[in-house]
Amino acid sequence: MIELVWLIPILPLLGFLVLGIGNNKISKSIAGIIACGSILGAFLIVLSLLIPMLNGTLQATTISYFEWISTGKISLSFSFLVDPLSIVMMTIITGVGFLIHLYSAGYMSHDEGMTRYFAFLNLFVFSMLLLVMGANYLVLFAGWEGVGFCSYMLIGFWYKNQNYNDAAKKAFIMNRIGDLGFLLGMLLILQTFGSLEYSAIFSNTSNIVPNSNLIIAITFLLFIGAMGKSAQIPLYTWLPDAMAGPTPVSALIHAATMVTAGIYVIVRSNVLYNLAPATLEIIQFVGIATALFAATIGLVQNDIKKVLAYSTVSQLGYMFFAIGLGAYSTALFHVVTHAFFKALLFLGAGSVIHAMSGEQDIRNMGGLSKKLPITFITFLLATLAISGIPPFAGFFSKDEILAHAFEKSPLLWGLGLVGALMTTFYMFRLFFLTFFGTFRGTEDQKHHLHESPLSMTIPLAVLALLSTIGGFIGIPEVLGGNNWFKHFLTPIISSTHSESHLLSHSTEWILMGLSVGAVLLTIIITYIVYVSKKSIPSPDHSSEGVVHKLLSNKYYIDEIYESIFVKPMYQLSQLLHQFFDLKIIDGIVNGFGLTVNKTSARLKSIQDGSLGFYLFAMVGGIILILIFNTIL
Amino acid sequence: MNNFTQLIAPNLNNYIILCSILFTIGVLGVLIRKNIIIIFMSIELMLNSINLLLTAFSVHHGESSGQVFVFFIMAVAAAEITVGLAILVMIYRNTGSVNIESLKNLKW
Repeated sequence: MIELVWLIPILPLLGFLVLGIGNNKISKSIAGIIACGSILGAFLIVLSLLIPMLNGTLQATTISYFEWISTGKISLSFSFLVDPLSIVMMTIITGVGFLIHLYSAGYMSHDEGMTRYFAFLNLFVFSMLLLVMGANYLVLFAGWEGVGFCSYMLIGFWYKNQNYNDAAKKAFIMNRIGDLGFLLGMLLILQTFGSLEYSAIFSNTSNIVPNSNLIIAITFLLFIGAMGKSAQIPLYTWLPDAMAGPTPVSALIHAATMVTAGIYVIVRSNVLYNLAPATLEIIQFVGIATALFAATIGLVQNDIKKVLAYSTVSQLGYMFFAIGLGAYSTALFHVVTHAFFKALLFLGAGSVIHAMSGEQDIRNMGGLSKKLPITFITFLLATLAISGIPPFAGFFSKDEILAHAFEKSPLLWGLGLVGALMTTFYMFRLFFLTFFGTFRGTEDQKHHLHESPLSMTIPLAVLALLSTIGGFIGIPEVLGGNNWFKHFLTPIISSTHSESHLLSHSTEWILMGLSVGAVLLTIIITYIVYVSKKSIPSPDHSSEGVVHKLLSNKYYIDEIYESIFVKPMYQLSQLLHQFFDLKIIDGIVNGFGLTVNKTSARLKSIQDGSLGFYLFAMVGGIILILIFNTIL
Repeated sequence: MNNFTQLIAPNLNNYIILCSILFTIGVLGVLIRKNIIIIFMSIELMLNSINLLLTAFSVHHGESSGQVFVFFIMAVAAAEITVGLAILVMIYRNTGSVNIESLKNLKW
């Protein structure tokens, strides 16, 4: 089946082309079938690769299709790499992607632009596949830019709302900042190694001095790209705003796949990162800071999607934290489980929003468990998974991250646990406020409440199943497993000391017990606050404590960025516009025009139409020429 | 031929003077007269003064190509005058006069 690898990205691309070109002529139902079908086809091919890869009959393979750029010493091919890492990513992208496409067919069925929506969703899957399948940084970068573009198009999908357009622009510009770092990193790699092919770079690191400025610069620049794409401090503010897009988009792009691209790049380049412990330190710091920072903001948000958005930022922080600890496979494990439960959470939120006729404020919900039983149960499973309750998926990955943190230092473990507890708190707060208590919306909404159609509940059920059992691919040794996932990824991850556990089993048991106990305690507290006492978050603009105000305003980060970067930039542009553009550039251009105009206004009076004068001028001219000829 | 050559050879200067006078008359006619037909005639006069000069030099140098050129010029002049007169007829039809001042409207 390896010959069919090229079909994996091509199928979604074809879907995009068909839907994009036939935009107005394709009916909604056919658009849904084309979009879902192309992704399903890709998914089946991925499965046919995944199975032999699991059996061990398929080795990591590079398939080169054509020479892309060949100039001087540089030669770059357009090639795909199929190895455990890319297979894992491909499975998630096409698998979760297919479920979300299916869900979208139900969710977007009332929308005018459904064909356009599916076209971009297909293009996104294509770009994302290109990103993870490329066998060199250039193909990766092409996909990297592609997903950024699709993200922009889909955040601003409802382009008639100016706020949504602004959110889309913000996401695009933030990503651009990161992309610049990534591009510089790529060029530095090209200069250092003379190639962008993974195989050539990673096997050629013997000349690199560990922790030299060069390798730190390379890895840090790549990390800047990852910060933009994966919404880390300081480039995270676009992700919460990106919730302007349709909910399935948030699920697919801004939770399950695109935002994990940064993690993928670093895991892919782990050979380089191992040579730069200093960068890993930075990543670790940024990761845990983001995890905690975003979690605190998530505590007080009242928009169902905003809570999930901050939760995503926070979980991405966890993944980077794991990377910073040198636990690449653990980070990827969390990517996988997070893709399951966060996609499920977003789709569940979408189902709620669908039922509530577009209402997103959890203060106006409540008591939905009876009206939306399937959504309720699946949402519960996802919430348990993200909180890290065994045996749900999130438990295994989060526990592994915490164990790695404890190895490094108990303080980091403590910070990680605090983050996890905050996650539990805001997730259960969201859960209880939405599904428990009494309904707080309008009568109209109450009448309209209904469970979502089958095309939306099936993906919910499948993802709920995955969120429940997904963690079993990486059961740690202490629980009687053999951490199969880590072994699967071993070929692409150069071993470091921290990849293998140093902790004794009893310590691990204690850590596990402590975290699970603390999480359970948090759930009970949340239950008491929001169910027994029935407290509802106060409406906006009511008098609040300083801390609460700080949190609900997201630490005023947007305002700070606005005044530090946006306003000065704007004023500088104004200045340049007033002075340079209007005066100098326009002056030069208009000056030319004016000169010609005035000169010709003078000269045109010579041509007064009297032929006698013309003849006289002609003869006079000839005589003058003759005279000059004789003189010279 | 030889006799003829001898006949005019010493008088080449005369021919040059005659041609210069004819040419100047043509130029002045073009510059001074307002009637387009007269201007045309003046132009012809200039052309033919040149023809005469060419012939004279041709004979003087014993070289026949100069006279061949004269025929060329006459043929071209005939064609040119045909077109010119056609234009003139159109001008007369449109303006009712053959005065060159009547073309003052032909300006920017």
